[in-house]
Amino acid sequence: MAPTFPFSAIVGQEEMKTALLVAAIDATIGGVLVFGDRGTGKSTAVRALASLLPKMSVVADCPYNDDPDDDSTVCADGCPAQHTKVQKRARSVPVPVVDLPLGATEDRVVGALDLELALTAGKKSFEPGLLARANRGFLYVDEVNLLEDHLVDLLLDVSASGRNVVEREGLSIRHPARFVLIGSGNPEEGDLRPQLLDRFGLSVEIDTPRDLDSRVEVVRRRSEFEADPDAFVAKWKRRDGRVRNRIVTARRQMPSVQISDSALESMANLCLALGTDGLRGELTLSRASRALAAWEGAEEVDVSHIRTMAPSALRHRLRRDPLDEAGSTVRVERAISEVFH
Amino acid sequence: MDLEQADGAWDDALLGAAIFASDPSGLGGVCVRSQPGPIRDFWFAQVENLIGQPSEFRRIPCAVTEDRLLGGLDLAATLSAGRPIGETGILAESDGGILLLAMAERLPASAAACIGEALERGIVSVQRDGIDHQSEVRFGVIAFDEGIDEDDHVAAALSDRLALHLRLPEASARELPGSPYSAKTVARAAAEITGVVCDEDVVAALCGAAFALGIRSFRPSAAVVRAARTSAALNGRSRVEEEDAGNAARLVLALRATMLPQPAPEEQNEPEPQEDTGDNDRQGPGDDQARGPMMDVVLDASTAAIPPGLLERLKQAELGGRKSAKSAGSGSHGAAPRRGRPAGVKRGSPGAGKRLNVIETLRAAAPWQPLRRQTDTAPTGRLKITQDDLRISRLKHQGKATTIFVVDASGSSAMHRLAEAKGAVELLLADCYVRRDQVALVAFRNQGAEIALPPTRSLVRAKRCLAALPGGGGTPLAAGIDAAAQLADQVVRRDETPVIVLLTDGRANIAADGSADRGRANIDAKSSARRIRAVGYRSLLIDTSPRPQPVGRELAAEMDATYLPLPFADSKVLNDAIRSVAHDPSASMV
Repeated sequence: MAPTFPFSAIVGQEEMKTALLVAAIDATIGGVLVFGDRGTGKSTAVRALASLLPKMSVVADCPYNDDPDDDSTVCADGCPAQHTKVQKRARSVPVPVVDLPLGATEDRVVGALDLELALTAGKKSFEPGLLARANRGFLYVDEVNLLEDHLVDLLLDVSASGRNVVEREGLSIRHPARFVLIGSGNPEEGDLRPQLLDRFGLSVEIDTPRDLDSRVEVVRRRSEFEADPDAFVAKWKRRDGRVRNRIVTARRQMPSVQISDSALESMANLCLALGTDGLRGELTLSRASRALAAWEGAEEVDVSHIRTMAPSALRHRLRRDPLDEAGSTVRVERAISEVFH
Repeated sequence: MDLEQADGAWDDALLGAAIFASDPSGLGGVCVRSQPGPIRDFWFAQVENLIGQPSEFRRIPCAVTEDRLLGGLDLAATLSAGRPIGETGILAESDGGILLLAMAERLPASAAACIGEALERGIVSVQRDGIDHQSEVRFGVIAFDEGIDEDDHVAAALSDRLALHLRLPEASARELPGSPYSAKTVARAAAEITGVVCDEDVVAALCGAAFALGIRSFRPSAAVVRAARTSAALNGRSRVEEEDAGNAARLVLALRATMLPQPAPEEQNEPEPQEDTGDNDRQGPGDDQARGPMMDVVLDASTAAIPPGLLERLKQAELGGRKSAKSAGSGSHGAAPRRGRPAGVKRGSPGAGKRLNVIETLRAAAPWQPLRRQTDTAPTGRLKITQDDLRISRLKHQGKATTIFVVDASGSSAMHRLAEAKGAVELLLADCYVRRDQVALVAFRNQGAEIALPPTRSLVRAKRCLAALPGGGGTPLAAGIDAAAQLADQVVRRDETPVIVLLTDGRANIAADGSADRGRANIDAKSSARRIRAVGYRSLLIDTSPRPQPVGRELAAEMDATYLPLPFADSKVLNDAIRSVAHDPSASMV
């Protein structure tokens, strides 16, 4: 496998990096949507995250990456590892960041009848798909706005429920599929349906850097990486390691981070001012702010955390008003300055 | 194109060929804008000579499907072996070679994205038909872009990853010189690229040039540096010099420019200037708005504007002989869709346009094999498939609608009407998310018509384009209708259904040839309208004059359009009217 571009070597794009880290700290935030121009490093950042994440412990030979320390979840029927509470062999593996490649078919995404076994042995057995592989990790869909509608619907449904239900070819299987869905795309090639937008926890809009220095730096690092990927990765290894340690600490600290009533109230006011539908916006905003506070080592969520996360947590939940010339980002920022004076 | 310019373009094309040949996979490829013909063949022969091994070229038809590109289940092998056997796709097979795409602008977006992804990552990832496979690939792409219209080029998912963008000169009677480089030079350059140094200040200059030209993606910025190093290697240098940087900027950046650089750095091929020059006496208030400091607006407007020369040529082709109504209309409504997006499978027999879905058929048959082997007398080792197992692919081909607004942007009251139309486009667009319909906008004023907004369902793009739409000047109604008809033809070619919505008072005063002759203008407008009726595009004419005149109704009759006098149409009324026409089952079908 060719080395991936190191996360800490990515120039700028702070909002995207923060959103990805926050989702890595608290997986319940529910997915990140990255929209921006072509060639701005969307996929680079997501793939870089893969090699950055700390390892996790799984039941050996379980295709669903089941957690050996968690007795509450039920793995799928017919899991070849056949683990019970008593006998479990644990193994440490990298957190899966599964790429949903272009042209993937539904049978490979959800899993299907194992053709080989069916044809040669006449056995009916389930071959887990990408959703199984992504359990407890990330599922990355590039060009999410080009993906066929029925696949997008399916992904969002599974990522919301955390379980994949397969009913096809006489198979009836359900298995855990809790993953953070990361979608990226170029808005000039078509928007996502509003009801799908809302399902993503965070949404990030990235733009190309406007100052020449950082543009030159991007190209310089890119050329350096292409010339000798291994040396470049080695050079950034320590910095990536520091980020990794910080993620681990933040995950541990997060449950003890306090959110005061006044902070909750200002979040509610913000959502009210923006007229976001439903409670999802508030919930995501509070979780994201808490994860950010944990990342920064704070003991309590303060205004700066809310201000940082509000655009990503709310901008895609605004009711579209096509005649309003201002973009959704501007509207969120306007509301922030109103609520927090 | 005068001779001197043609010479320059040809020299650049030869240089591009040599640079590409030196580093096909590193540069991703070359996108060549040109019509097929002897010049293009000659150019390609140069590339073949420089690379040397003709067997490495692989031509891909523009109708290529994802399953061929990526691979899948090999049916014949699977059936004879009795177990699933994969088939390598074109991309994996092309490792180390060169893909040749003719009519690359016709490549489906999904196929273009597949090729682009493989170029970018150097990996082909297959998750299809029960196959889970990754293979490393390195290849170069030559994409021949034969698109004429501004909005009809190679999909960005692919073209962004092709470093070199060339335009071959138009047909020339003269003998063109062959490449000044030899296969030997190219081979030597290929070996030396990695050793070429590119100084920081050169990198900064190249990035600055890309930025000043309004190129937002980083890939061209990285590619231009690589191309500069290749140019240096070709010229036997170990350090990038000014000449190399200039070469690379011309070959990588020039055709991508979306705006004119303010201080004009090392840029030679200037992009087409905006169309509305020289109409300073009768400008409406909209022009000042459009020329505002909003960089994004100007940037997008210049890409959307059709260069005047191109518009002229399209008109010539139009008068020379239009496609028959039959061919233009064919394919927009088939009985059973033979293409479209896959929408699952169902039980049934293939034939009559329905395609057998082999994988699902095998899956359906598989569990029964042991049982059938026991009861059946046929020789063993073969799969036994009965009628019942057959599965056919269901393809969803929604008759996607593209609403083309044709807006009279002339005269003093244009701003009002323009504002209404803009509002309607945006409302309709908001309504289109669920249906995935598209809208486009053609504006006509002064001497001609321009496509202000190519078909899109992107709100972002629509807003940028609409904000930049100017108003004022004469009323070239015929040109507007013609432009809409051409756009509608394009839409039909993409298997979608156009709906033309014309907003005008019907009073033309500029004839088709651009002369200010009211009588001729009206005759031309009617003859253009008749062509719309002949092709059978569904249309709606909204009369925007303060008091409806017979001339509007007559024009609607010529077009066979629904006539709607709407002196004070507001966006909401307009939107409702359009929806009722576009989705009226009793209206004539295209």
